[in-house]
Amino acid sequence: MPGITPEEVAHLGRLARMELSREELDHFAGQLDDIIGAVARVSEVAGEDVPPTSHPLPLTNVMRPDTVRPSLTPQQALSGAPAQEQQRFKVPQILGED
Amino acid sequence: MTDIIRLTAAETARRIASGELTAVEVTEAHLARIEAVDEKVHAYLHVDREGALAQARAVDAKRAAGQELGPLAGVPLALKDIFTTEGVPTTVGSKILDGWIPPYDATVTRKLKAADVVILGKTNMDEFAMGSSTENSAYGPTGNPWDLTRVPGGSGGGSAAALASYQAPLAIGTDTGGSIRQPAALTATVGVKPTYGGVSRYGMVAFSSSLDQGGPCARTVLDAALLHEVIAGHDPMDSTSVDVPVPPVVEAARSGDVSGLRVGVIQEFGGEGYQAGVVQRFEESVELLRGLGAEIVELSCPSFAYGLAAYYLIAPSECSSNLARFDAMRYGLRVGDDGTRSAEEVTALTREAGFGAEVKRRVILGTYALSSGYYDAYYGSAQKVRTLITRDFERAFEQVDVIVSPTTPTTAFPIGERADDPLAMYLADLCTIPVNLAGNAAMSLPCGLAPEDGLPVGLQIIAPALKDDRLYRVGAAVEAAFVSKWGHPLLEEAPQL
Repeated sequence: MPGITPEEVAHLGRLARMELSREELDHFAGQLDDIIGAVARVSEVAGEDVPPTSHPLPLTNVMRPDTVRPSLTPQQALSGAPAQEQQRFKVPQILGED
Repeated sequence: MTDIIRLTAAETARRIASGELTAVEVTEAHLARIEAVDEKVHAYLHVDREGALAQARAVDAKRAAGQELGPLAGVPLALKDIFTTEGVPTTVGSKILDGWIPPYDATVTRKLKAADVVILGKTNMDEFAMGSSTENSAYGPTGNPWDLTRVPGGSGGGSAAALASYQAPLAIGTDTGGSIRQPAALTATVGVKPTYGGVSRYGMVAFSSSLDQGGPCARTVLDAALLHEVIAGHDPMDSTSVDVPVPPVVEAARSGDVSGLRVGVIQEFGGEGYQAGVVQRFEESVELLRGLGAEIVELSCPSFAYGLAAYYLIAPSECSSNLARFDAMRYGLRVGDDGTRSAEEVTALTREAGFGAEVKRRVILGTYALSSGYYDAYYGSAQKVRTLITRDFERAFEQVDVIVSPTTPTTAFPIGERADDPLAMYLADLCTIPVNLAGNAAMSLPCGLAPEDGLPVGLQIIAPALKDDRLYRVGAAVEAAFVSKWGHPLLEEAPQL
């Protein structure tokens, strides 16, 4: 059994950029343990020789012509932005002070 | 006015084209119905009264000007709130997109408008289409019109409930693991998951990109076919859209003949966990098909037993990646931006506040399944199971033309019963998931009421990829035989709201 701890859930939350409350960590740890216990059986069935399927269609590198065509105006593109400035998305700081 | 809302889409379109009804009358009748009953049902998250009436007026003007009308012109539709609609809110049932007004139309939305289908509003759904009951909507659950204390299925519970309560004759859903077919089964309506790539995903908010597929929902097989033809087709804006002609679904729905057809019954779809009344109605459906001249062939697809497990690794893995775009930077909710926090901290706080419990569970599960050390055992193995399931289908379709099964193991369950029991909830999609993993096409249509609880049971029909027309051919034959046996469509037995 994988035995997922609340600390592991917190780590996964950090990897997924998602804060989780203490209550959620405890609650999800138990549930994830059950879910992973139930789905782990996938490793029992397929041998080495079975190729993986990532997608139902055998498509690779679907391209369209690289031509100029109408697209959203800057105003449309920014219409849902939580904050904007000078026709750009305004975001919180991404680098430290120094 | 009551009569208008009970018409089929095909008949509504015919009456509008002939001038017996105006599109405005039809739209107003549905808006009045929504006004009267949706407080109880909660099928809609947003009703676009003005937009719908403007579309309807345009249809009436076209007709007055002598222009030819399309086969669904003026017919109202309920659109699942996962498709973007320019100028009309799109929430995906999530707080993280509360109040978001998309600046563009999804391809499905654009095609509906081009066909003069009147979009009444956006329907309720499990958040990001993750769920089987519509209880995971951040905006509250939807009631099943057959019994408002029970779920209508999910994730497209709003679309199915809108049809079953006569708040629209047509609806659109999306099906990642059963989200069109399972709600159809639980509400005695018709729902189709087209072949993967058959309907464009452009502008359809992504949950699990290799499984998601939009499709038609209706009260009759022919109506679903007419809608299928409107929304399907190759789209250069979706790189996974298949560039082949749309299968002749309307023609198939009008023919409805199964004599000489080979119909497979899969032994793995049955046994423990299946409600007795569901099994009974399914077995009657098989006998009905035999009576119509179909040849019944018993088959085994042993890998299907692993479908649910593979799905609950693949779908969360893809969702953990897809939902990374909800980072509070370009659109949607932003929480905690007080000038002291970094972008990364704001992203984490926004996702904490904006996502509900099931979305968080799946993002964490997917992050786990994709993390180094676990990738091969979980995600890698699940992809191999996907290959085995596809092979099982290929072998089966060497022997039969279509496969039938119950759509769901049980009828509609009470709201709240499985809400915090993810494993119990996941079982609702036991029979529908293998189709998504393989990418082929399937339909659910009503096949009776379970004797023990009087609730609808769905019959699932499965066809090979790109043979969607077979669903309609078999579906129309089964529907006609059942309606003749019952004396009326099953939905007429639903209680008055």
